[in-house]
Amino acid sequence: MSWIALKMLVGDTAKFLGIVLGLTFASALITQQGSIFCGLMLRTCAQITDITGADLWVMDPSVRFIDDVKPMLESNLQRVRGVKGVKWAVPLYKGNGRAKLTFIPAALKEATYPEDELVRDRRSRPGPPSNPFTKVLDLIVPGIDSPAPPPARWYDPQIVNVIEQVILIGVDDTAMVGAPPPDRIFVGELTDLRRPDSVFVDRVGLRKLFPGCHLESPFENETPAQYRERLGKFITAAPEIEMNDRRAVIVGVCEATRTFQTFPVFYTTYSRAKQYVPQERKVLSYILVQTDEEAGRKIPPEAVAERIQLQTGLGARTSEKFMYKTIKYYLLYTGIPINFGITVFLGFLVGTAIAGQTFYNFTIENLRQFGALKAMGASNLRIVGMILLQATVVGLLGYGLGVGISTIFGWKTQGGELAFYTPWQLLPTTAVAVILICVLASLISVQRVIRLEPAIVFRS
Amino acid sequence: MSEARLIEQAERATPQQSPIAVRIRELTKHFGSGDQRVQALAGVNLDIHAGHMTLIVGPSGCGKTTLLSVIAGILNADSGEVNVFGQEITAMSDRAKTNFRAVNIGFVFQQYNLLPALSAAENAAIPLVIAGWSKTPAVRRAREVLEALGMANKANRLPTELSGGQMQRVAIARALVHEPRLLVCDEPTAALDHETGLTVMQLLRQAAVTRDRAVVVVTHDNRVFEFGDRIAHMDDGVVVSVEERNGHAAA
Repeated sequence: MSWIALKMLVGDTAKFLGIVLGLTFASALITQQGSIFCGLMLRTCAQITDITGADLWVMDPSVRFIDDVKPMLESNLQRVRGVKGVKWAVPLYKGNGRAKLTFIPAALKEATYPEDELVRDRRSRPGPPSNPFTKVLDLIVPGIDSPAPPPARWYDPQIVNVIEQVILIGVDDTAMVGAPPPDRIFVGELTDLRRPDSVFVDRVGLRKLFPGCHLESPFENETPAQYRERLGKFITAAPEIEMNDRRAVIVGVCEATRTFQTFPVFYTTYSRAKQYVPQERKVLSYILVQTDEEAGRKIPPEAVAERIQLQTGLGARTSEKFMYKTIKYYLLYTGIPINFGITVFLGFLVGTAIAGQTFYNFTIENLRQFGALKAMGASNLRIVGMILLQATVVGLLGYGLGVGISTIFGWKTQGGELAFYTPWQLLPTTAVAVILICVLASLISVQRVIRLEPAIVFRS
Repeated sequence: MSEARLIEQAERATPQQSPIAVRIRELTKHFGSGDQRVQALAGVNLDIHAGHMTLIVGPSGCGKTTLLSVIAGILNADSGEVNVFGQEITAMSDRAKTNFRAVNIGFVFQQYNLLPALSAAENAAIPLVIAGWSKTPAVRRAREVLEALGMANKANRLPTELSGGQMQRVAIARALVHEPRLLVCDEPTAALDHETGLTVMQLLRQAAVTRDRAVVVVTHDNRVFEFGDRIAHMDDGVVVSVEERNGHAAA
């Protein structure tokens, strides 16, 4: 009977496509919105996931999330080091600084751009943005001039002054724990951080610091090696940065997970970081700890965390727990989950409405045929089986297409501003939602067919 | 083929023996309740013989289709007995009735009820598929039946590509493919022109007499009365008379 069910399903092309479209819409929306939500949540704890090698984060006990820094006295570092089971403990500065830059974009471009790109860049004089969206905006708010194109001044051979908020990470001067690992360093070497006034900048952050210089990504025809070479040239030509009236020199470019605040990330040493921000009595943001071994086995970080809390009164959490604590804070105290939840729910609702309505219509139109099958001796179980098979097929197609569309969307927006991360758990979640839609959609049809009297076939 | 020739052919095919295939006694059925209550069957008594074509005729609303539905086991009666090939169908569970129908009964509907997405052969194969056959042998067998009905060259056509008469032939092939002992037909000629209607009736009659099968036809169409071995006249929910034709005894 299954081939009959499938032929019936695809026989009515319009309805078949309608059902698949509804399920694809729901599946794509749920996966895509879920992925953006997960991406955003991961950005909130980007610094925790970026710092590897430490088992524990020690902090002021009232800290609620990574950016909720409550500076501690530096003497706490020694207290933590004194706790049994601590192999090593290093300081970490995390805070916001102000980077002041003065540079001439044209000069920077001449020093770093490939020749053909430079020629193309000189030719371009972009005006205000003009696209269908801006045209609609002009219709809605007529008489208001479009804003002046921000990039215009970047192409002028004039001095540009940029003051940009940055996230400042100060890693241990000696062990450099907390610095980006070598595989995430694009240009330069970690030891360069030992040079005077040196800082590492994250690749994406370069766009904010040097607007219009196209440093954050390769040109269209540029190979990764050429791109690295261009960034290397940029470092040698990079203008000096002023932070808290002190000099900072970019010596390397690294990859950092994008942050929720979207600020550029600066890595430097702990002692230097303290100089790059206004003087405060307490400056120690976090202490990174690795646990020791006992009888040849590593002491569980949770046990050491408990000891640290008992002996020092400070908060101590594993990286994972601190990450979830940060995510939980954003879940509870921002409207983000409600906002995304509503979108996902609407996707579910619209998907159910479209698929359910079309599937029901499909069943109703075939009611006489189902009645004929029942009259000819097909049991209710077999008819229900046919309907469930039809629902399963459209469900699988809709799910596959939806997840596929979402994946393509994620792939196309990769490396851009959009936070997009699809954890594996999201895929079964979407599958459950699609199954639920299919069940809801077929439930009405099934009960209609079960109640159907086969005698209907003798009514004209 | 002329009408006289068709009738002549059908008469020649009339069998000599006529065991009772369906025995109906004091059958009642009503629909609705209170003021809306309608007595559809009010004590029907009728015997239907194997190898015969029995026509059930009468004015609209006299209970013909209700009687046919109860005989076919797709509608439950209020009281009375319907014995089909020795089995009391009114006493069967729904599940048993479903299985009974799948094996013993073939249906021909006024509106054909062919599945629009399936070809003629696939439509004709449905009863075999319901009986558990896999697709390939079922369709192969359906093609043979279609060929016997002169539809070999239309086996791959969809119902939308067939005329009314061709669709009804496919429906007859579907009704015969699993060799049922009882064929129930509801107004099989109502949607057909006269000539096609005669052809369809002849096919049904042949189906009755060549395999010793009982064929029950509900019809309004007095042009096809000639094909009936027995004609049961109904009025107000009862069989008022049974007209014997072709020299066979009435019940």
